[in-house]
Amino acid sequence: MFSLEGITTNVQDWLLMKFNPTMALAIECVIVILLSISLFALLGLVLVLMERKVAAHIQIRLGPNRVGPGGMFQTVADTLKLIMKEGLVPDKADKFLFNLAPFVVMMVGMLLLAPIAFAKNFQIWDISIGVLYISSVSSLSVIGILMAGWASNNKYSLIGAMRSGAQIVSYELSAGFAVLTIVVLTGSLQISEIVNAQQNGWWIFKGHIPAVIAFVLYIIAVTAETNRAPFDLAEAESELTAGFHTEYSGMRFALFFLAEYINIFIVCAIGATLFFGGWMPLHIGNWEAFNHLMDYIPSSVWFMGKTFFLIFLIMWFRWTFPRLRVDQLLNLEWKYLLPISLFNLLLVAVIAILGWHF
Amino acid sequence: MFLKEYITDVVTGVISLLKGMRKTGYYFTHPKEIITEQYPDNRATLLMSDRFKGEVVMPHDANNEHTCTGCTACELACPNGTIKVVTKFETSPEGKKKKAIDALVYRLELCTMCNLCIVACPSDAIKMAPNFEHSVFDRTKLTKVLNQPGSKIRKGIE
Repeated sequence: MFSLEGITTNVQDWLLMKFNPTMALAIECVIVILLSISLFALLGLVLVLMERKVAAHIQIRLGPNRVGPGGMFQTVADTLKLIMKEGLVPDKADKFLFNLAPFVVMMVGMLLLAPIAFAKNFQIWDISIGVLYISSVSSLSVIGILMAGWASNNKYSLIGAMRSGAQIVSYELSAGFAVLTIVVLTGSLQISEIVNAQQNGWWIFKGHIPAVIAFVLYIIAVTAETNRAPFDLAEAESELTAGFHTEYSGMRFALFFLAEYINIFIVCAIGATLFFGGWMPLHIGNWEAFNHLMDYIPSSVWFMGKTFFLIFLIMWFRWTFPRLRVDQLLNLEWKYLLPISLFNLLLVAVIAILGWHF
Repeated sequence: MFLKEYITDVVTGVISLLKGMRKTGYYFTHPKEIITEQYPDNRATLLMSDRFKGEVVMPHDANNEHTCTGCTACELACPNGTIKVVTKFETSPEGKKKKAIDALVYRLELCTMCNLCIVACPSDAIKMAPNFEHSVFDRTKLTKVLNQPGSKIRKGIE
């Protein structure tokens, strides 16, 4: 049976056989870096194409269908175009911050990749405070956005960046509470333990209604955190002409664009890990035969399937709902999501203490 | 009381959002209902609306006759000098001199399809045609003479 775990152990054995342990570790680091960069590039291509196709079908169109079979190579062509374009820096921009900002945003995405479990025993860094690490690092991306908005020396960019700051700071709260509900149920911050706790059923089924509420809150909050419609007022093409990346062109713009899709992938991967069991196959209670059948599907396929389902859900939101105003955005967070998530956390705590979950 | 309002707010909000998602989800799962024209592929079957304004043409009948009297009303009506009427004098068999058009020059690259010339024409000699594939490699090809060579005015049109 195909498994990524086997490949990694084989590679490590081979490296340890050939080199001394320090050297082997260094080579492994390089391999991981190369793999994560290629994953980023691949995800950018796939997700942009997926977004355009989903958008087209929701709007009763066909979408890109000229480059390659079914428009498959449209995004490759777009990327080539962006690489060849001139990267313009405005005259009065703060050159250093202007050039740094896209890399900060990308770096946050790369850091967030570390604790995600892509398959059974296939994880870059199984850190014991995985969930805490994710929620703290993900809030750093706002620094890159503020940097870009400020350094551009453009009023639209600055307004976009400020909106983004207000938005991410407030929605971080309800996303954090939604993550906490699962932490309360599992009793651990470690990603691998959270996944293992879902051996006999995913939390969204085991945790009754509070888990479902937490999932809904999580998906709303992360949609806001990744600056996507209906919460895309930081970018708001129609009012701010793309907000914080108005002044960016060429490859720097491509990095921002890529970072948006990487962030979507990462939040969806975390959502899949917390609520849908990560790489864990669908197990139903004591149905031995059914569980064994499900085990035959490789764990990486399960993980990717769940993640792409969530990504589809977020894309579906984007092409259905109209954009919120700033005051509506903050009302939604502080008057609705936050009280509901606090109450929900209390409910989950009661359930966890009394052991009502399966 | 406040709590009841709050909860109904949340519930109705969620229900209306789900309604919207149901609609878009229906479209997504029914790819047969595509409403856009697949243009270069369906050129043979493409139906253009009668009201579509693509370019100015001058209809000629089977005897190669048109109804343009050369009154230059279209030239005067045109806001950006798209139409230029070149007139000549024809001598009829009775020896009477009569004004007629030599060429009705139409410069497509200047035209905004505003329809004012067609409205201004007293004898309905020109009309809008639904052609839209006007791209050419040479700009001079956009300057067209609308009356066909050897054409003349139809009898009875003054």
